Amino acid sequence: MKVKYFAWLRQKVGKSEEDVTPPANVATVQDLVAWLSSQSARHADAFSEAKVFGAAIDKKVATFATPISGASEVAFFPPFTGG
Amino acid sequence: MSVRVQREDFDVGAELAALGAGNRRVGAITSFVGLVRDLHVREGYHRESVSALTLEHYPGMTETAIEEIEAEANARWPLEASLIIHRYGRLEPGDRIVLVAVASPHREAAFEACHFLIDWLKTKAPFWKVEDTSKGEQWVGAHEADDLATKKWER
Repeated sequence: MKVKYFAWLRQKVGKSEEDVTPPANVATVQDLVAWLSSQSARHADAFSEAKVFGAAIDKKVATFATPISGASEVAFFPPFTGG
Repeated sequence: MSVRVQREDFDVGAELAALGAGNRRVGAITSFVGLVRDLHVREGYHRESVSALTLEHYPGMTETAIEEIEAEANARWPLEASLIIHRYGRLEPGDRIVLVAVASPHREAAFEACHFLIDWLKTKAPFWKVEDTSKGEQWVGAHEADDLATKKWER
């Protein structure tokens, strides 16, 4: 699965996207955040402020409880500031 | 209904003239143009001067998200035409960021739909802004006022 990062999450992780293969027990967005945080200090730092970022699965806004099974792309980003 | 996400500037006059052109049911066109300003505003106070604003977005999701917002506006108000142009990339104070324009038989619907569209664009379309300020690079955070403006239209 592809994981994408935007804005300051991208800067903190140090890359805009990566291909990952999480273990089978990683079932939700929340699980993926926890698993990615265990992969490197940069990920852990980026995800340390869990209240200030959101996620999308295959370009649709998701919650932390959303299952990721079958997802080809999961994105993490700060709150939107368009307009 | 039309959505454009682009790096280039746009011509407000030409876009408004083209909106609903030839459609005799159109009695009102309203528009909103968002510009880059030269002051970083946080919690209502002007703090640092801004020399540039860079907009990042999520290609593929951005267009879909804006189209959904536009469809919602069309479901709520009798619109004959609507246009949203949102720029990305590096912009400087005075540059245009966004154009929202709607055409309707009636002015109330046109005003309300335009207001709704820009309020929802602020919080429901995947854009992020980073400012070059006198104190360095600063990501623009979500504003409580924008969240309240979004909620105002919720049903």
